[in-house]
Amino acid sequence: MNQSPNNRWLHRFAILTALATLALICIGGLVTSHEAGMSVPDWPTSYGYNMFFFPLSKWWHGGNIFYEHSHRLFASGVGFLTTILMVWLWIKEPRRWMRWLGVAAFLAVVLQGVLGGLRVILFKNQIGIFHATLAQLFFVLTCSIALFTSRWWKVREEEIPAVADAKNSAVTDRRYSRMFVWTTVLILFQLILGATMRHQHAGLSIHDFPLAYGKLWPATDPASVAHYNEQRVEITSYNPITAFQIQLQMVHRLVALLILCGVAFCAWRSWRKFSWRSPLAKLSAFWLGLILCQVALGAATVLSDKAADIATAHVLVGALSLATGALISIIAVRFPEAVASTAILKTAESVDLMRAGSAGKMPAAR
Amino acid sequence: MSRRESGGVKTLANLLRWDVAGGSFLPDFYRTKSMKLSFALLTAIGLAGLAQFSSAADITGTVTLNGTPPPEREITPLEADPICGKLNNGKVFTEFFRVNKDNKGLADVVVELKGVKAENASDSTPPAVLDQKGCLYTPQILAIQTGQKLIVKNSDPATVPMHNVHVNPTAPENKEAYSTKISQPQMSGGADLTYTFPAPENFMKFNCDVHPWMFAWVTVVDNPYFAVTDENGKYTIKNVPAGKYKIVAYHRKAAPNGVEKDVDVSGGNATVDFTIDVK
Repeated sequence: MNQSPNNRWLHRFAILTALATLALICIGGLVTSHEAGMSVPDWPTSYGYNMFFFPLSKWWHGGNIFYEHSHRLFASGVGFLTTILMVWLWIKEPRRWMRWLGVAAFLAVVLQGVLGGLRVILFKNQIGIFHATLAQLFFVLTCSIALFTSRWWKVREEEIPAVADAKNSAVTDRRYSRMFVWTTVLILFQLILGATMRHQHAGLSIHDFPLAYGKLWPATDPASVAHYNEQRVEITSYNPITAFQIQLQMVHRLVALLILCGVAFCAWRSWRKFSWRSPLAKLSAFWLGLILCQVALGAATVLSDKAADIATAHVLVGALSLATGALISIIAVRFPEAVASTAILKTAESVDLMRAGSAGKMPAAR
Repeated sequence: MSRRESGGVKTLANLLRWDVAGGSFLPDFYRTKSMKLSFALLTAIGLAGLAQFSSAADITGTVTLNGTPPPEREITPLEADPICGKLNNGKVFTEFFRVNKDNKGLADVVVELKGVKAENASDSTPPAVLDQKGCLYTPQILAIQTGQKLIVKNSDPATVPMHNVHVNPTAPENKEAYSTKISQPQMSGGADLTYTFPAPENFMKFNCDVHPWMFAWVTVVDNPYFAVTDENGKYTIKNVPAGKYKIVAYHRKAAPNGVEKDVDVSGGNATVDFTIDVK
């Protein structure tokens, strides 16, 4: 099947929207890392001005106003791109479910904008946590739209069904695909934990790594917590540390370990099942690389006393880890046979070769 | 002169009011007697007032720090800010523990009396002032009375686009009082912001959302008997009525829950020193 030029451009536009969303997550991360969430206290106006006409002199060198206002402007841009994507999908996309996915993306970005505004005018940190979580899910959605509009996906949608019926194939092992799904869900849970930690506005509740206050598990009795607060010399107007925040960070560290083990296991199983050359094994290896990078950034966040750029990079790689896991899960669930092939990234000819049973390595039946 | 009226002075004043009201209807004979009684009552009231004044005492003392506090940190984001950095000469450090090198006196300790009848500030109470200078709040620790005006000024030059005064009350009444004014922008040279808080609260945070290193803490006390230690760790609480009380010293870092002692000012001025430990 040849993709029409329009569809190719639609796919490219979907990729652009996904990349813009990732950049927006980065800017949003900078807002929280710099404690700039309330630096523009009104919405949808900015200090009474129409957001798009807020004088440059008031925000370009305006301390935290720069981060918050940039975030609002960029978010408007992503909203605009998403609107175009929705309309384009509705007009050009033959698959009905894809058209509605475009509508879902539009509604999600509108909701995200409203949540961001409400967080400011109601001054509710809980809304900030929802805002952060929905941002990650929206990124997964835009990446999925990019995947579904790709030529690769469309080819497999049209060509593979017969192979999918094979019951004795090793690649139809649903436990294998579920492994990716559950690990991705665990990453989402970790992101929610991270968002909860960041929106406590208490800075770092534990300042050392890999130990915590010099122990494997820190004391959280009132006297110990009072001592931690006494010894902490903050240069930002953080709230005092609480026992809950210390425990939250410890759970975050433990879940990080679980995720590392989960992703490593997924990668290992992929290598063992399909060989290291298989696309899924390569994707799993990339995923593992992201998680290792994320662990390093997490440690660096603590050791740098939550330097804003490092903490924001941690948010960014977290978003990439979630999206990668989600895409692998979608592919593993929908096209388990396809990902087993060493030719997954090639053109439609590879599908013909697979059918003929003469290309690459065919997995042995169990 | 103490703002409190003793029971004796009130009784005498009521007698005088009765006498003045009754005297105008009496014949000459009784008016003369009434005038003598009024004079006697006035004299008694004056003496009672003097007695009241003379029974008020001052509580003084010194708060010292025992132990070595954590080292202060350089406020690098302030120094790196292209505008705020130019408003300060050299390096700027946090000031969580201001300790006098000679006597180990600890500044910024809020000392207040407990067991005193709650009382709001009167209209004549001078306002307290919290200023924003060099992109820093001054002073960092302040104490005011419930109902007392707190004026927040912005003394920074026009090169600083604005400050955003963000108040963080935790007492329910204070939260309700400022639920719609949690964060208020304040331009350079702009109008002062005014706050009054109806409920007592320790170390209510004020911060600037535009400049995250700016913060101050305001303690709201529900009586007029409080003080903040100076750079030598010394304090004075004036005109405390005779009696026995609890006196508590709070330091935001080293003693957020306070160090409590007893004080008796029945016999005149009293001195209460505190030692706050830091581990």
